[in-house]
Amino acid sequence: MIRARGLAKRYGDRRVFAGIDLDLAAGGFLLVTGPNGSGKTTLLRVLAGLAAQTAGELRLPERRLVGYLGHEPLVYRELSPLENLTLFGRLYRIPERAERVGMLLERFGLWDVRHERVSTFSRGMQQRLGLSRVLLHEPSLLVLDEPYNALDRQGAELLDGVFEEHVFGEPRTWVVATHEPQRVERLATERLAFA
Amino acid sequence: MIGGGYAADVGALARKDLLLELRAKETLPSMLLFVIAALTIFHFALPHGTSHAAALGLLWAALIFTALLGLTRAFVAEREQGMFDALVLAPCDRSAIWLGKALAVLAFLVAAEVVALPAFAAFFSGLDGRTVAAVALADVGIATVGTLFGAMAVAGRARELLLPLLFLPMAIPIVVGGVGGYLWFLALYDAIFAVLSWAAFEYVVSET
Repeated sequence: MIRARGLAKRYGDRRVFAGIDLDLAAGGFLLVTGPNGSGKTTLLRVLAGLAAQTAGELRLPERRLVGYLGHEPLVYRELSPLENLTLFGRLYRIPERAERVGMLLERFGLWDVRHERVSTFSRGMQQRLGLSRVLLHEPSLLVLDEPYNALDRQGAELLDGVFEEHVFGEPRTWVVATHEPQRVERLATERLAFA
Repeated sequence: MIGGGYAADVGALARKDLLLELRAKETLPSMLLFVIAALTIFHFALPHGTSHAAALGLLWAALIFTALLGLTRAFVAEREQGMFDALVLAPCDRSAIWLGKALAVLAFLVAAEVVALPAFAAFFSGLDGRTVAAVALADVGIATVGTLFGAMAVAGRARELLLPLLFLPMAIPIVVGGVGGYLWFLALYDAIFAVLSWAAFEYVVSET
């Protein structure tokens, strides 16, 4: 699924990371840890295909198979959850879009507020919608940057369930950076710790 | 990947931008206020008996700066909410993102001019059909080139400076064609820069 050799990234004179070798098979789970500013987010953007490495070789799946959640939930705040997911469902050419969108809104507890503007939501609710968007097209590779960010206990347990289901149910591959590694430690098949 | 799916993607993205503006009401009211204020200032600034040609030149200046105001706001949602990341990962043709946005910008320009042109006619010496046609053609060029530069500016640090620095020099031929009433020149400009912008957008949104 992901193969990297000597992966490096620089911004001008500043080295973000260098010399990363990685083999992540389909169904694998890469846990990325490290303090703020250590390069986790940049690595995840490179592995999601959103940024280019400055050195090294990298093999990634095609972009329609990638789901990415960054520090922001990546949804339009002046649209409703239904409008957001319908838009992305359209762009991803999802068949039976309405059913898939409805199922995800139910699952993440957003069905009752599906017509309300996202700007009125708490950050945790926005994060749930962001997770719905990521799962909408059933990607093979999921790259999640601090997915537990802003989630309350209920939301975090919901995300735990998503990890369990996909890891043990369907062959999904995960790259997850988190400051709460204890939540997903048991699922990790590969680990990368930034100093 | 040009076809029914492409057109539907463009339509969905343009509809999204119109819906965002309908709810936020930030861009179009600002453009309207600016263009009317600018025309009012010009009305009082120009001495009595000023030629139609001079007034027409000021109309074009007002329209270009009004367009710049709209273009500055065009990618606000994408910038502030990180939406470029979500959009560029979608498997649709990336030029659909540009075209959807350009259509929305075009709609804002036309809406602003529906108010601005009658106001100009009332303040100054009327409008002929050729000027209206020139404005319509200029809108296409402004929307296509401006949307491309708007996307480039979003990625830069000094985005407030970058967009005017990129856009205004490219608007000079539009003003030349508009003031002179050279419709063929404006149509040629539109065709060339629509194709160039369509082809270049892929590289603009690809981070290196």
